[in-house]
This record gives sequence, C-alpha cells and structure tokens, in this order.
Amino acid sequence: MSTEQILSSDGLPLEVSLRKAERKNKLKALFLVGPLFLFLIITYVFPIGDMLFRSIDDRKITKMLPNTFTAIEKWDGKNLPEEPVYAALYEDLSYLKKTKTYGKIIARLNYEKGGFSSLIKKTVRKLGKFEDGNYKEQFINVHKRWGQPEYLVALKNAAPNWTYAKYLKGVDLKFDQNGDIVQQPEDRRIHKILWLRTLKVAFWVTIFCFVLAYPISYLLATLPMKYSNLLMICVLLPFWTSLLVRTSSWMVLLQQQGPINDLIVMLGLAANDNRPELMYNVIGTFVAMTQILLPFMVLPLYSVMKTISPSLMRAGKSLGGTPFVAFRKIYFPLTVPGIGAGSLLVFILAIGYYITPALVGGASGSLISNTIAYHMKSSLDWSFAAALGTMLLVGVLTIYWIYNKLVGIDNIKLG
Amino acid sequence: MAKNKEFVKFDNVDKSYDGKILVVKGLNLDIEEGEFVTMLGPSGSGKTTCLMMLAGFETPTHGEIYLDGKVISNIPPHKRGIGMVFQNYALFPHMTVYENLAFPLRVRKIPKDEADKKIDKALSMVSLHGFEARMPMQLSGGQQQRVAVARSLVFDPQVVLMDEPLGALDKNLRESMQYEIKHIHESIGVTVVYVTHDQTEALTMSNRIAVFNDGKVQQLSSPDELYEQPVNSFVAEFIGENNKFLGQVADISGDKCKVKLDNGIEILANPVAVKAKGEKTKISLRPERAIIDPKDKMDNNHKGKIEEIIYHGDHTRLRVDLLGNKDFILKVPNSTARLDLKKGNELNIGWNSIDCRALDPK
Repeated sequence: MSTEQILSSDGLPLEVSLRKAERKNKLKALFLVGPLFLFLIITYVFPIGDMLFRSIDDRKITKMLPNTFTAIEKWDGKNLPEEPVYAALYEDLSYLKKTKTYGKIIARLNYEKGGFSSLIKKTVRKLGKFEDGNYKEQFINVHKRWGQPEYLVALKNAAPNWTYAKYLKGVDLKFDQNGDIVQQPEDRRIHKILWLRTLKVAFWVTIFCFVLAYPISYLLATLPMKYSNLLMICVLLPFWTSLLVRTSSWMVLLQQQGPINDLIVMLGLAANDNRPELMYNVIGTFVAMTQILLPFMVLPLYSVMKTISPSLMRAGKSLGGTPFVAFRKIYFPLTVPGIGAGSLLVFILAIGYYITPALVGGASGSLISNTIAYHMKSSLDWSFAAALGTMLLVGVLTIYWIYNKLVGIDNIKLG
Repeated sequence: MAKNKEFVKFDNVDKSYDGKILVVKGLNLDIEEGEFVTMLGPSGSGKTTCLMMLAGFETPTHGEIYLDGKVISNIPPHKRGIGMVFQNYALFPHMTVYENLAFPLRVRKIPKDEADKKIDKALSMVSLHGFEARMPMQLSGGQQQRVAVARSLVFDPQVVLMDEPLGALDKNLRESMQYEIKHIHESIGVTVVYVTHDQTEALTMSNRIAVFNDGKVQQLSSPDELYEQPVNSFVAEFIGENNKFLGQVADISGDKCKVKLDNGIEILANPVAVKAKGEKTKISLRPERAIIDPKDKMDNNHKGKIEEIIYHGDHTRLRVDLLGNKDFILKVPNSTARLDLKKGNELNIGWNSIDCRALDPK
C-alpha cells in the first residue's frame, strides 16, 4: 500500500481537514447529548457508585475506636488480650462518652455479635469509676463478657476499614470467631430462600408473559389496522394506569370474598367455607406481576412481528411446509429477537419488582426487593441493603452477559 | 407425449372479498402444460387475486380451479406442489441461500445427497454457483431474485407462479432477468403463470398473454396477435401505443367498412367489433402503421400538421393534428434519409384499412 499522504486542496493532510470539517458537527452532537450525560452521571452513576461504596464501607467504627483497633491488631485471637488493648479501649470509650456518640458503635457491634448493646451501655455508665492502670481487670469486673474471647474477636473483626461481610450475609454466610466463612445458624438462613424465590418468580412470570403475549402480538401484527389499533389500546391501557391502582384492583379481585373466589365457589371447584387463598402468597405475586409486566413482552414482540412480511409464511406454505412447519422453521425463528428482548426486559424488571409483591405477596410471596426496602426503611442497615442491591445488579448483568453469549445482544430488537 | 391443453383450468371462477364487489367475474382460463402465460392488467384488475387462488391463499367464491384435471379448491397450499416467486422475493432472511433452497426439499423428506444435487442444479440454472453460504441480505436485488426463482423450481413443481417478480429491479436488470427467466422456462419446460402490469415484460416473455381488466379476461392470445389484432379498445389502448378516432359506421361490406368521424370525414377501416351500419365505434391505429408520404397507394391518405416533435434517440415521435385528433402520434425512424421535420409543417399521412381496426366505442 502506498504511504503517500493525500493532501486536500489547501495543502493540509486529508485526515486533518476532514477532522476540521467534522469538528463543528461533533461539538454540536456533544452539546446535544451533554444534558443527558450529566443527568445520567448525577442520577445514575453517582448513586450506584455510592451504593457499591456503602456496601463495603466500614470506616465509621474504625474511626471511633482508633486506639483499640491499633492495639488489637497484634492479638492472636485465642487467649484474652493483654493490658494495652483494654487501656486503648478505655481511652476510646471515654472519648465517645464525652462526645456522647457511643450509641453509633452499639448498632454496628451488635451486627457483629449479639450482646454488645448491654455490654457497651453498662461499661460506658461505669466508666467514670475507672482508676488508672490494670484496665483489663476493671473491664472484666464491670461485665464478665469482657473476659470472654469471642466478644473481643468480634471487636477485632470489626476493625478493618473495608469488609465484605454484608455480601456474605446476603447469601446466609458469615465470619466465625476465627475469621473463617461459615453458614449462618439455620434459623437465620432467610436470604437464600428469598433469592431463589425471586429467581423462580421472575422466571415463571417471564414464561407466563411470553405464553400470553405471543398470540396477542401475532394478532396485533396481522389484524387489519382498525382492529389492531383497538387491541393495541387494550394492551396499553393498563400500561397507562397507575401501578398502584392496578395492583390494588388485583387485591379486590383476588381477595377471599372477591369475585374470582366467588366464581370458583359458584363453579363448585371449592367449598364456600374453604375458599382458596389467592392473595398474600406467591399466587398473588404471579398473577399480578404477569399482568403488569405483560406489555413489556407484547411491545417488543409486536414490533418484531410487524416487520415479518406475511409473504414469508406464504412462501413457506407454497414450498410445501405445513402451516406448523412454516411457523416453526420460518416465523418463530424470526421472532426470536423480540422474544429475547421481551424476556430480558420482563425478567430484569421482575427480579427487582417491589410494589406488587409488597402489596399482594404477603410473607410467602415477597421478594428480595422487599427485603432491601425493609433494610432501607426499618432496620436502617443501609450497607446491607446496598450489598443486596449490588448483588441484584450483578445478577442482572450476569443474565445480560449470558444472554449475550447465547443469543447475541445485537439480536435484540425493541422496535 | 401429448400435452394437456387444460393443465390449469379456471372454470367460471368468481371472487369477492367483501360480499359487495366481485374482484374476479366468471373467469374462464385454460393454460396448456409447459406454457408461459402472463396475466397482464392494471392494478386492481384481479390478476393477483387469480394467482393467489391458484396458489391456494385465497378461495374462489364460486367456480372451480383444476390442476392437471383435479379440483384443487380443497387442497391446502402446501399440498398443491406449486412453486411461487413473490413480489418481494420472500427469501427466508435467517437462512442461507442453501438453506432457502433446501427448505422445500427438506419438508418433502428428500435424502440429503439427492437434495444437494437438486440445489446444485437449480443454482447453476440461475448462475449462482458458490453463493450457497451467503445470507439473502448479502445479495443484490437481482441475485435475491434469482435465488427466489431457483427456490421455486428446486422441488420440480408442476406449475410456477410469479407475482410481479421483477417489479423491484432497475430497468437494465429487469430486462436481463426477463431473458433469463424466459430461457429457464424454455430449458426445463415448466408451466409458468406470470403476473405483471408491465406490458413490455409480458410481450417479451410469454407464449400467451391474458389481459385482465375489471375482473375479466379481455383477450387471451399470443403477444404478436395481442399487439396487432386487439379485439377491443381496452386491449388496444393498454398494450402499446395507440391512435384513436371516434366515429360511426357509415357503410360495411366484407372486410372493410366506412367510418364517418365526428368531423364528417370518412375513413376506411377493418370491422373487428362492428357488425352493422350506424353503430358507434372507436378506431385504433398503431403509430408505426401510419406512413409519411407513402409511395404505394394506401386506403387512407390525409394531411396532418406537426404539433410537437419529441426526440427519442433511435426514433422521433411526432404529435400531429390529424382529422381532428390533436394527439395523433407518429414514429419516424432515425434513418439517414432525414425528413424536414419542423413544428407547423404539413405532412401527408397514409395507412391501410386492415391496420385500422374499428372496435367497441367504450
């Protein structure tokens, strides 16, 4: 290939003058996407970054007990630590008592091990009576737990600035006294069940949506304009209705004295005094979520089917394929991009769905998002909520990645 | 082997979509085995509907269609064994060329090595060897067209239907494809029913042409007959260029008749659709049958004034004011003996009565 540079008429290399000519357009384009870019940074990238950060950030307690943690670092965690550790603890607690901020470490240490609440409170109360020297003995005198190594191990475990303990907790694991990863006690293993239930619900809701949406989309794409418009409105009308209204109307329909139960009793499928529970369990979650997420499956499917020429099916039939073969070999493969897009959309939305399971799911129908909300609003363990949220995000990205490997992301069509 | 004269037979077929308007009215049409028949007509004339009824995608409202002597109304499309080339080719976009061609063979459960041979043959027929692994999107319009033709022939159908297959191609490609399809037809002798609204296409390719209008076949005959001997004024005007005069039959005797035009002048014509004196008629005369300054004696000789001259390269078209018709078209070949053509000049124009057909006044 010739390496000779092509010059434009004013003597500049062609590349340079092309860049010059394009610069104005590029600037214009940048100016147009600028606001959105900023918006995304502020409302999306920053909060997610903060969430990731919060889920592993454990510096608060490190700052509040600086001397203790420095001293405890050298301890092997087996026999009770030596005097300097207790001295440092005395120093830190005195400062916290003075500034009246010791309440903040109680909650944190309680996550590590139950029993710290009363331990710290009692110690702080008696702190004024402490004498110089021999702090170890005085601490153990105030509360015998200061003489039990496991409490000091818990303290030592809380020392590092960064921790992934919240992630372990998210899958029912924890650090034991020796810093090994072990399962939570059986009665506290709740998150694994929730994760599995969330995946199961999302999976089945996606399947139900697909089964319901495929024929609807086919009709939408093939009916004459005037009917398909009407059908389209029927599909979109719920879409335009408030989510809360739709969910509460499901509550009206599904309740034990509701019309659906009435119908079941009328048809003799259940006795009047033994009406099935359709709500506050996983059935309610399934039904309501399928209905609410249906448009997200219909729309991508419809937009893909709309582009499939009816002559393709005719060609398939004229070439000798039975209607079924023509559908399976020609029509269906061509709708796969729409199925992929719709399923991915529904699955990802379902996996993080909150309001509907919260209202109609009850205890057995609640999902991981409800737990996140609980930790955000009630238990105020934000870093755990952040860890769960991050795990959810990673899960979604993994699904996206798998989809990309299996089907190819360029095979997605949203219209 | 005697060929079946009624290989495809439309027997008094009606078709209505809405129960109010008949799109096809009492259609009778026989197509011989191995023939290339074109259905030609303006859009909305019912020609595509006929094709769809033959393919099985529409059912006749009344009447029967026979294929090789058998009624096919109750046979679903996939069992009719009719190949079809669609307007937009309808290649399966997710399959390679090979898979597209293999589809009709696979559904017929033809063993792979035999299928491969057939695909090979079909592809070499349309000179697309080596394109097996391409996707339809990677082919040009003409190549896609050829794949569609190959696919419609690969399973050796009894009849191939083509629904305006060349409509989307540019002019040059269209012309070369016309010859290609014609040659394929000649070499394998399959029966082809071809639908188009392009008369050139119909004239160059077909054995016989059925001119459709208003749901009826207006004329079914060979291209030359259709052009030179149209049986009614629709056909005369639809096919090729046509000069027309309106008038009334003044006298009729044997193969000639006198027609009195609206301006009172009488001309000699060939009575095709008129039988008696006093009938209204429309006279049709092909531009190339009228001669300027004829040397031989001709039945009609009249003077006309040049209104417009349009240069066409190989010939020049003159718009002449002749016998009260201001749109009389003349074609002058672009030969060395150039006439002195100027706007406003008077010309002597002559033609024979046999070329000047007195048709229905519609």
